[in-house]
Amino acid sequence: MSTFEMMEYGAWGLSAVLGLWMLFDMIRTDRSYSEDVLTSSREGEIEDKLDGAH
Amino acid sequence: MTTSTQVPSERISLLRVLGPGHVWGLGVGIVLVGEYMGWNFSVGKGGMMAALIACWVAGLLYTCVAMIDSEVTSTVAAAGGQYAQAKHIVGPLMAFNVGLFLVFAYTMLEAANAWTLGYLVQTVSGMMGVTGPDGAALTVWDKPFVVLTIMFLAWLNYRGVHTSLTFNMVIAAIAFVAVIVLFLAVQPWSNDVLKHSEMMASKDGLLPYGWLGVVASLHFGLWYYLGIEGTTQAAEEVRSPARSLPLGTMTGMITLLLAATMTWFICAGLMPWEYLGTAATPMFDAARLTGSTPLMVLLFIGTVFATLASANGCINDASRAWFSMGRDRYLPEWFGAVHPVYRTPYRSIVFLVPLAVIFACFVPLDQIITFSILSGLLGYTFMAINVMMFRSKWPLGSINRGYVHPMHPLPAIVLLLLCAVTYFAVFLGYGSQLLAMMLFYIVASLWFHFHRYKYVRRGNQFTMQWPRPHGH
Repeated sequence: MSTFEMMEYGAWGLSAVLGLWMLFDMIRTDRSYSEDVLTSSREGEIEDKLDGAH
Repeated sequence: MTTSTQVPSERISLLRVLGPGHVWGLGVGIVLVGEYMGWNFSVGKGGMMAALIACWVAGLLYTCVAMIDSEVTSTVAAAGGQYAQAKHIVGPLMAFNVGLFLVFAYTMLEAANAWTLGYLVQTVSGMMGVTGPDGAALTVWDKPFVVLTIMFLAWLNYRGVHTSLTFNMVIAAIAFVAVIVLFLAVQPWSNDVLKHSEMMASKDGLLPYGWLGVVASLHFGLWYYLGIEGTTQAAEEVRSPARSLPLGTMTGMITLLLAATMTWFICAGLMPWEYLGTAATPMFDAARLTGSTPLMVLLFIGTVFATLASANGCINDASRAWFSMGRDRYLPEWFGAVHPVYRTPYRSIVFLVPLAVIFACFVPLDQIITFSILSGLLGYTFMAINVMMFRSKWPLGSINRGYVHPMHPLPAIVLLLLCAVTYFAVFLGYGSQLLAMMLFYIVASLWFHFHRYKYVRRGNQFTMQWPRPHGH
C-alpha cells in the first residue's frame, strides 16, 4: 500500500471521526438542554463575556 | 403555530469576541483564493487586456459594495448580514430571498474550494510520480480529501468562532504575503524575469475578441473579489460592530485590490494568454516558471491556505445566514439554536455539511462556480436598491451610523449598472443556468409567501432601536 493510499484511508477515517463527533455532541447537547434555552438567542443582543469555550 | 415568543429565564447568544483583524481575515480569507485561481478564466474569455479591465471594473463594483455594506451593516449589527439588512429596510420576501442568495453563494463557494483542495492533492501525487505495486502510474482519489476538508472546517466552526476566525486570519495573511513575495521575486522594476512586451506582442494577446470579450471576461473578473461582503456576517460576534466592520471590510478591499493587480502583473508577464486562460493554478504555475524551489513551495502553501481560508469563511457565513433565518422562523426554528458551550449556530453548521459534500463530489466545478457567482450577483443588485431605500427612509442624522459612504447615490447607481453588464456577461456564457436559477428563486419565493410566512415572528423582526422611517 502506497503512502497516498494510506492517506486516502486516513482521510476517510478522520472525516468519519469528525462527523460522528459533531453528531454525537449535537445529540448530547439537544438532550441536555431544553429547546427554549437552545433557541433563546435574540437578534442584536450584546454579550461581552469571554467565558465558555471559543 | 403561534407567533408569540416565550422568553426563557436563561439566554444563550453568540459571543462577541472578534476584532477588526478577524473581520479582515474573514473577508480576505473568503476571497483571496480567487487571486490564486479562477480569475484567469477572464483571460480566456477576452485576452490579457480584457482581464486587466475586468480586474479594475470588478474592483470598482466591489469598492461600491464594500462602502455601501460598511454603512448599512455598521447600523444593522446582526448575524445574517444582508439578510438582516433586507428584513429591516425592504421587507420579509426580500429578506428571505437575500438569505437564500447568501447561503447558496457561500455553500457553493465552499464546495468549489473543497474540490480544489482535492485537485491539489492529485496534482502533488502526479508530480511525485505515485505508482502502484506493478509500477504503473496511480491517480490518487480526490474525494477523501474533499470530504475531509469540509468535515475538518465544519468541526472547527462548530467548536467556536474565535478559534476558527483566528485560524482564517493567520492563513489568509500567509497567503497574501506569498503573493507579495512572488511579486518582489520576479523583479517588477526590470524585464529580466517578466516579459510583458513579448507576451503581449500581438494584438491577439491583448483583445482577441474585441470589446465583447471585455464584457464576457467580467463574469470571471468577479472572482478577484467575490465574497468580501461576507464580513457583515460577523456583525453579531464582533466587539464593536460600528468600528470593526467598516475598518475590517475597507482594509480587506484595499488588500484585494493590491493582490489582484499584482497577480495579473505577475502572470501576464510569465505566461501566454492561450495557456493562462485555461490554467487551473496560475499563481503556482508562475512560481514554477521562476525555477525557484522555495518559491514553488511557498506558492503551493499559499494556494492551499487561500483555499482553506475561503472554505472556512464560507462555512462561517452560510451557517450565520441559515441560523438567522431559523431564528426568525423564515425556516424551521430548530436551525436557530446556539450551542450552550461553544456559542455557535451548531445545527446550521452540521445541516449544511452534506449539502456542501454533495455539490463538491457530484456537481461539475463550473456549474458550482456559476451558481455561486449568480447568487452573489443577485445579492449585489439587492444592495444597491437597499442602500437607496435606507438613505430615503432614515436620512443622515436620523440614526447613528458607524460609517457614512461618500457620494451617495453614485456608488449605488454604478453598482446597479455594473450588475446589469455582468448579468449580460453571464448570460453570454451560462444563459440556461441563469434562467434556471431565476426560476428556482421564484419558486422558493412562492413557497415562502403562500406557506412559510405564517410561521414568521413578525413582531420580533424589527430589532434595531431606530425611529419610524421617514414618511411613515
